[in-house]
Amino acid sequence: MLQFLVRRLIVAILVAATVMTLAFILTRLSGDLAISIAGPNATQADVETVRKAYGLDRPLTVQFFDWVGRAATGDLGESYFFKTKVSKLIGERMPITVTLGLTGLVIALLVSLPLGILAAVRENTALDRVVQMVALLGQAMPSFWLGLILMITFGLQLGWLPISGTGSWQHYVMPGIVLAFSAIPALTRLTRAGMIQAMGSDYIRTARAKGLSRASILLKHALRNAAIPVVAIAAVQLGFMLGGSIVIEQVFALHGVGFLAWESIGKNDFPVVQAVVLVLAVIYVALTMVADLMNAVLDPRLRGP
Amino acid sequence: MSALLEVDHLEVNFGGRVSAVRGASVTVERGETHCLVGESGCGKSVTALAVMNLLARGARRSAKRLAFEGQDLTGLSDSGMAHLRGNAMAMIFQEPMTSLNPAYTVGSQMTEVLRRHKKTTQRAATDRAADLLARVGITAPGLRLGQFPHQLSGGLRQRVMIAMALMCDPKLLIADEPTTALDVTVQAQILRLLAGLQRDLGLGMLLITHDLGIVARVAHRVSVMYAGEVVESAPTAELFANPKHPYTKGLLRCVPVPGKIRRDEPLGSIPGTVPRIGPGFEGCAFRERCDFADATCAHTVPRHAAGVAHDFLCRLPA
Amino acid sequence: MSVVSVTAGPKRGWKSISTWIGAMIVGIAMICAIFAPLLVPHDPFAQDLSKRLLPPFWMEGTNPDYILGTDQLGRDYLSRLIWGCRISVLIGVTVTVVSALIGITIGVLGGFLGGRVDDAVLFAITTRLSIPVVLVALAVVGLLGSSMTLLVLTLGLLLWDRFAVVARSTTMQVRNLDFVAAAWCAGCSRFRILSGEVLPNIASHLVVVATLEIALAILLEAALSFLGLGVPPPLPSWGLMIAEAKDYMFFSPWVIVIPGVALFVLVLGINLLGDGLRDMFGARTDP
Repeated sequence: MLQFLVRRLIVAILVAATVMTLAFILTRLSGDLAISIAGPNATQADVETVRKAYGLDRPLTVQFFDWVGRAATGDLGESYFFKTKVSKLIGERMPITVTLGLTGLVIALLVSLPLGILAAVRENTALDRVVQMVALLGQAMPSFWLGLILMITFGLQLGWLPISGTGSWQHYVMPGIVLAFSAIPALTRLTRAGMIQAMGSDYIRTARAKGLSRASILLKHALRNAAIPVVAIAAVQLGFMLGGSIVIEQVFALHGVGFLAWESIGKNDFPVVQAVVLVLAVIYVALTMVADLMNAVLDPRLRGP
Repeated sequence: MSALLEVDHLEVNFGGRVSAVRGASVTVERGETHCLVGESGCGKSVTALAVMNLLARGARRSAKRLAFEGQDLTGLSDSGMAHLRGNAMAMIFQEPMTSLNPAYTVGSQMTEVLRRHKKTTQRAATDRAADLLARVGITAPGLRLGQFPHQLSGGLRQRVMIAMALMCDPKLLIADEPTTALDVTVQAQILRLLAGLQRDLGLGMLLITHDLGIVARVAHRVSVMYAGEVVESAPTAELFANPKHPYTKGLLRCVPVPGKIRRDEPLGSIPGTVPRIGPGFEGCAFRERCDFADATCAHTVPRHAAGVAHDFLCRLPA
Repeated sequence: MSVVSVTAGPKRGWKSISTWIGAMIVGIAMICAIFAPLLVPHDPFAQDLSKRLLPPFWMEGTNPDYILGTDQLGRDYLSRLIWGCRISVLIGVTVTVVSALIGITIGVLGGFLGGRVDDAVLFAITTRLSIPVVLVALAVVGLLGSSMTLLVLTLGLLLWDRFAVVARSTTMQVRNLDFVAAAWCAGCSRFRILSGEVLPNIASHLVVVATLEIALAILLEAALSFLGLGVPPPLPSWGLMIAEAKDYMFFSPWVIVIPGVALFVLVLGINLLGDGLRDMFGARTDP
């Protein structure tokens, strides 16, 4: 198990290094950054000043290793627009994005687990078909559009929820629901498939032969085993949700990390952009490792003999 | 007093297409081992699952009488049945490798049966589980209780299954080919264990097997099943000495008995396989493979008595 | 005699109905996409500020010339919707072609060659999955300026992961089958085995993945266009239509309902068709 973790950690570091390289290349794609930073009305002298000030006159390899070296110690550079440390900016915005992501995940699990279990228990009935249809509908739903529709319905017409901003927990309800929609189809399908497989297994026959209650058979014996793949995918989905929250943060004017990245793209503030890409990638890799650990908790076979 | 388990004219079919059990009758007396033998696919496991009401979805079960200790099981609700299962009637299966839940320890899977059916503390349940593990010949039961199924060998897992089945002091133990999946040496140990437990605890046991060697050693009574029917039923000694049904005779010819068989004499075998039988089938199901079949076998065949507690299903006279 | 438990067997009829619905939606979308210039009742780019925000046919005060009304610049909504379908389908298909080329190549290589190559492929897939797609696509388009070609290339370079995963696992399975072993023994070259034995056998799985990817690419394009960094205006992408109409949605919700429903129905249709194909082929698409 320890060996496995060490190997995962090495892969994680390699992934982070690759993403850093890609993020660096990405931000240099546009050609001369100094010109875009200096703005359309800048003179040649202004551009030179900017180039010197930001260290863009150095060779690309030097710039790259400078960035990697600093990033490895937690220093993600300074924002051109906000004139503050990027790490501080991201640190300030991250709680909003994480709150949103967790809200989305919790809502998704609250919907998918019962739906998946119900569909599995009533396999091949009308209920099962309805659940699979819901999963298909969720998969086809454009999240930003769903956000707007919810805003019109619950925000404007019914007045139940605030339309935008981050003032209270109510502000996270609609964005959370929208974000959950992206994870519900996969989680529901997986729960259903896992439960069907578990319910057909020999150990469930044993549990029935022991005269256990239906609740105990379903929730203790079957769900525990069906949950193993669900946990792995849930962690991955949370990673995708954090990355995908950029759209929803924009729709609901939640000033999280995604919103920050969106603003920074518009302002050519590339230290922020490359830092957000890197941070989200690292979070994703960390989440997959957490999923592995949780699987080891759920499935004793993974812990070794 | 009524018999421990009475099964009269049990019928099971799957989706109305396949008749797995066709009017099988089996009676298990208290403290008696009743063996159900037959080739694979003859409906013996389905009979056992039907008794426990553990059939897969899509299966249809009906019977003239299906009673445990005189209590009718066909009219029993799901929860009423659940209170009998694992409690007064327990079952062990053919597949020890997959029959235990991989996610829970042996101890937790054993104690939950007792706690479900009897009022007891976790502490007392754990003690009983440890006692029973020792009783089924597992050394260091305390250690085993904390282990997960994947840490045990197949033989150990089957012993755990047996101990788990005994947690609530059942009166009836149904064992569905409990040794088939195990190594030959382990098979003998498990069989000896089951026979010993049956005798010591006075269990009524319905043992399902295709191995006549096992039958000869442990059974008080044998029922031979073929294509969903019990074609012959008799006390063990009587059946081996005086088989009546051509199928039973064929089965017995397949078993080498040392001393009774010449070294170069070929072992008997029955040509063909068990047919799949749909609803509306008439006559003797064995007639395609039978040396004695004639035109009358296509019609309803009579059940004959051949002495005390011995009956068989064939057109041939006793 | 008493009957204890009766359960009906599975019914598959509804599945084929949903597949047909999916095929119909996709068919209509293809017709709209291919024949858009012939089908549009008006020029989708012609502005007429005197006819701004005319409501669609089910509301009051409609103009029969404009069945689905007009947008904030007086452009015919139906024409823009049909033109938008052309753009969605175009982007969905081209992005999928790009990502299929990348994904299938590396997936088949990894699955077929195994060993170090496969380790590298797995690493590439892991890295790709860790990259936030929307953010990177936005950044590329934001830095390089929006154009259709750039959008297609960017999304194509980002969405190959599922192709790679499925191509890799199915290739591994096929590689170990008897007839492939027989082909090895018969002295066929690697290329012959790949093109003659492996690819035909994994094709059905990949077709199903392709439907999923087309749907995903269409949704992503819409999201990027909605954020203003996708298809450049005045092209009528459905995502862009929603973005442009957003300021009017509280007074006339239909301006976002119409393109949104179109997007939803198209993606749903593709997914229904893909689901049907998966059942037909018995294909696996989960990573």
